[in-house]
Amino acid sequence: MTLRLYLAQRISAVVMLPLVLVHLGTILYAVDAGLTAAEILARTRGSLFWGLFYGLFVAAAAVHAAIGLRGVLGEWTPLKGRALDGAALLFGLVLAGLGARAVTAVVLA
Amino acid sequence: MAQAERELTVSIWRGGEDGRFRDYAVPRQESQTVLDVVTWVQRHLDPTLAYRFACRVGMCGSCAMTVNGAPRWTCRSHVARVAADGRLEIAPLGNLPVIKDLVCDMTAFFEKWQKARGRFAGTRTRAEGIEVLPPDTPARRAVEAGIECINCGVCYAACDTVRWNPDYLGPAALNRAWTLVQDSRDAETEARLDAVSAAGGCHACHSHQSCTAYCPKALNPTASIAGLKRLTTRRALWARALRGRS
Repeated sequence: MTLRLYLAQRISAVVMLPLVLVHLGTILYAVDAGLTAAEILARTRGSLFWGLFYGLFVAAAAVHAAIGLRGVLGEWTPLKGRALDGAALLFGLVLAGLGARAVTAVVLA
Repeated sequence: MAQAERELTVSIWRGGEDGRFRDYAVPRQESQTVLDVVTWVQRHLDPTLAYRFACRVGMCGSCAMTVNGAPRWTCRSHVARVAADGRLEIAPLGNLPVIKDLVCDMTAFFEKWQKARGRFAGTRTRAEGIEVLPPDTPARRAVEAGIECINCGVCYAACDTVRWNPDYLGPAALNRAWTLVQDSRDAETEARLDAVSAAGGCHACHSHQSCTAYCPKALNPTASIAGLKRLTTRRALWARALRGRS
């Protein structure tokens, strides 16, 4: 792993730390309050805050997980060089795409 | 002493990469080291047994082998402490190609020292006086903590990351780089930090700490590598901040 990837992975971890806590807290709150899916969506749809919150979360998770997976693939499979970078990049893009789809479904009306 | 206590059953790796273990019976002696056992086999049973040693007192770093599965300096590993049930299995160091028997090829290990810029680069000429280093500065104490490395290769053989990533410089080379980075007399800090920031550098370390667990000199290469990670991270972020301001 190079310094740039190391920094990107650490910084994305730092970004995710408060997001994970808020995310978990929100789950606990929603379950405790007995909110239905419709009630949750009523609060998230059109919300700039939740759009930015989960948008940032998805971006950080995609970067973080792709770099982590790149390390695992590099050490445990024959993938090297550009094939390794390509596989990790593809994984990151798929994660970002799936995440973006989920965020738009929850935030956009 | 019973017969079993007076005799050791010793399995020693014979041949190259495709070799195999062969068993030898070696008399048990008082204060016997693993290196004593290997030497006894070569002197009394098979003069073709190849192994390395020089000082026999834990200074030269040439006699490291895999003893009952763990990398050790054999000259200071007492049989009484490492031989479970009077059995010894002795193999060449791991993570390095086997040349013959207990001798491995250390080329990659030393090339990585060079790659990590493990060579002191002084700034003074012989015409100038000796630079005095105050012994109590934090930097000098950091050097002190890592400087007693004897290049035995035990940490390199114990390292999971070296096994999985052939480009990884390894604990010894990075520990050396760290002691030089902390040396105020050295002139190549920037180039050295670049060298340990490339692929296979300090950021590849997973902090499994096998190097620290097995180092016969009780050094802590994991801490040295963590120091390099900290320093290179700070330098990168600081440089970015400076670029952003200008």
